[in-house]
Amino acid sequence: MREGRGPGSWETVLAVLRKDLLLELRGLEVVPAMVLFALATLVVFHFGLNRDTVDGQLAAGVLTVTLLFAAMLGINRLFVAEREQGGFDAFLLAPVDRSTLLVAKAMALFLFLAVLEVIAVPAFGLMLLGAPLGRVLPGLIAMLALGDVALAVIGTLVSAIAVHTRARDLIGPIIGLPLLLPALIALARGVGPLMGGHGSVWPPGRWVLILALYDVVFALLAYAVFDFLLED
Amino acid sequence: MYGRGLRGLAIATVLTITAAFALVFFYAPLDADQGFVQKIFYVHVPLAITALCGFVFGGLLGGLYLRTGDRKWDIRSYVAIHMALIFGVGTLITGGIWAKASWGHWWVWSDPTLTSFLIVMLLFATYQPLRFSIEDPERQSRYAGVFAVVAGAFVPLNFIAVRAAQGYVHPRVLTLTGGNLPGSMRLTFLISLVGMALLYVTLWKYEMAAKATRMQVRALRRTLLGEDSVAPLKRSAAPS
Amino acid sequence: MDQPPAIELRGLVRRFGERTVLREVSVSVPAGATLAVLGRNGAGKSTLLRILATLLRPHAGSVAVLGEALPRRAFAVRGRLGLLGHDPLLYRDLSGRENLGYHARLHGVGVARVDEVLEAVGMRERAEEPVRLLSRGMVQRLAVCRAVLHRPSLLLLDEPLANLDPAAGGLVAPLIGRASGATRVLTSHDPRAALAEADLVLGLEGGRAAFLAEPSRVDAEAVARLYA
Repeated sequence: MREGRGPGSWETVLAVLRKDLLLELRGLEVVPAMVLFALATLVVFHFGLNRDTVDGQLAAGVLTVTLLFAAMLGINRLFVAEREQGGFDAFLLAPVDRSTLLVAKAMALFLFLAVLEVIAVPAFGLMLLGAPLGRVLPGLIAMLALGDVALAVIGTLVSAIAVHTRARDLIGPIIGLPLLLPALIALARGVGPLMGGHGSVWPPGRWVLILALYDVVFALLAYAVFDFLLED
Repeated sequence: MYGRGLRGLAIATVLTITAAFALVFFYAPLDADQGFVQKIFYVHVPLAITALCGFVFGGLLGGLYLRTGDRKWDIRSYVAIHMALIFGVGTLITGGIWAKASWGHWWVWSDPTLTSFLIVMLLFATYQPLRFSIEDPERQSRYAGVFAVVAGAFVPLNFIAVRAAQGYVHPRVLTLTGGNLPGSMRLTFLISLVGMALLYVTLWKYEMAAKATRMQVRALRRTLLGEDSVAPLKRSAAPS
Repeated sequence: MDQPPAIELRGLVRRFGERTVLREVSVSVPAGATLAVLGRNGAGKSTLLRILATLLRPHAGSVAVLGEALPRRAFAVRGRLGLLGHDPLLYRDLSGRENLGYHARLHGVGVARVDEVLEAVGMRERAEEPVRLLSRGMVQRLAVCRAVLHRPSLLLLDEPLANLDPAAGGLVAPLIGRASGATRVLTSHDPRAALAEADLVLGLEGGRAAFLAEPSRVDAEAVARLYA
């Protein structure tokens, strides 16, 4: 849709991503909050389940829910600066593809989730998990990466919808949660066998497949509809 | 307009549903294991199928709105999802009754069809709150269109994921191809399904006709009696 | 050579829900000229500017900006116009230089241009401070930088001198004043100042064009009635 004016798509994505990371570095608002929230959730699980250690499917569920809760915080904040400080208008005035905003925001959210997991997953291993993490780490990372793509894509889409509503803190989670459920099911069930007991090192193939399918379908779908969320 | 053909459609619906009920009670055989309560199957499953098709239908109409920008598609999409939600609530209630009667619990997680249906309902239940919280009518329509498209595509994907997560516990009378369904049961089921689909279409058309009439009256009042004669629209989840 | 008008509106209508904010507004602005839009709050001035900026769609009538029909050809207009509105469109936690650097990348403009405009408005010394620590006048000067960074040929200025003292007003004049050479559409809370700068004046009342004339032919009473 461009006519030789303005920057290329990747340059735009990198410009927006760079700006988002810079804003996060300056403010240190979102990622530290996500990490603290995740750690507090683990403590809640310890008391709520009245268990010192968890393993197997229960451990996978605890990890999935903890990451989901923390991700929701990041999802809610994703577009707030754009909405409140004119970022949407500024972006729309530039001669750039609209969809680059989706890509850049999803990448930013993906990076936030990765940082969260770098801290929260070892913390989960130390605080609650009964089994050692070392051997299953590659499989776990692969599964979490696929899960993060789902969270990033759906999170960005839902956040872009919610930020223009009056009750954005409520609309985001109530739409996002059911929409994410298939991915969360696949994530939890795929991670389950890695959490001790079974001796498996890699997640079961069908969950990897379902999660990957979910990622691809919703990434394409989000790309197709995102432009409509930016018009006025 | 939408009112055209409504009378004929309504008559056809009443006839089909009456015929379906007659077949359910007097023709279809009693189920060997479940007895009489199994007959709720002829209401529950057609309701569920109609509701799911209604959601996907609403998604397609929402997509048409996004493509064309014509408000009539948004209204059609809204009514389609609205009606499907009502059918969906009916599905959950009849499903609960059936589960209680045949498995002893109101709710069973082991049934992937019921579980995925619940997830779909949870998602579409946010359609009205989403619309309600966007004040600008054009933005409301556009965002509702995006939601309808995404949620419509979500329906099949969700069923795949949930089905993979659980065993195949649901009574296999449910397969549409009717593999092990006796011929008399299959005929009754198909007629019930047609009746339910006709009911959906009739209600959809009826609501569209009502909405169109209300909007026409409003527009006429505005032109005949002046702009101030019509109270401004209240904040609403429904397009108008 | 005959240039097409920079702005050509015919019967422009814009609604918000059932409320009509702009009714049948028609105006034609030649390239390089300045159009002043006068009217009370809520008369439709900002809506008009946002439509010209491709941020809002017109509902009826035809809109052509820089020779391109809106909204269909909006992408061909973006990047050729600069908008200076009530909102500075700057991130409060980033410095002026970081903000302008971001906009420079979005518009495909070299970073050297950032220093150039910062220098021009006398903000070079304060360019490293987060925007939230700056006074309103300084933020407005940065907003001017942002609006002209990509050398737009159409400037949309909503009260451009708000919060600026006369000295700062003098600094930004070469960038957004007549000397910029761009076609300009401006609104102002001070009708006299706007009249002095304009080649053409559009008075808006309740979304309708009350008058459209050259400044010398605008009668003071009509302006007074607009604000009464």
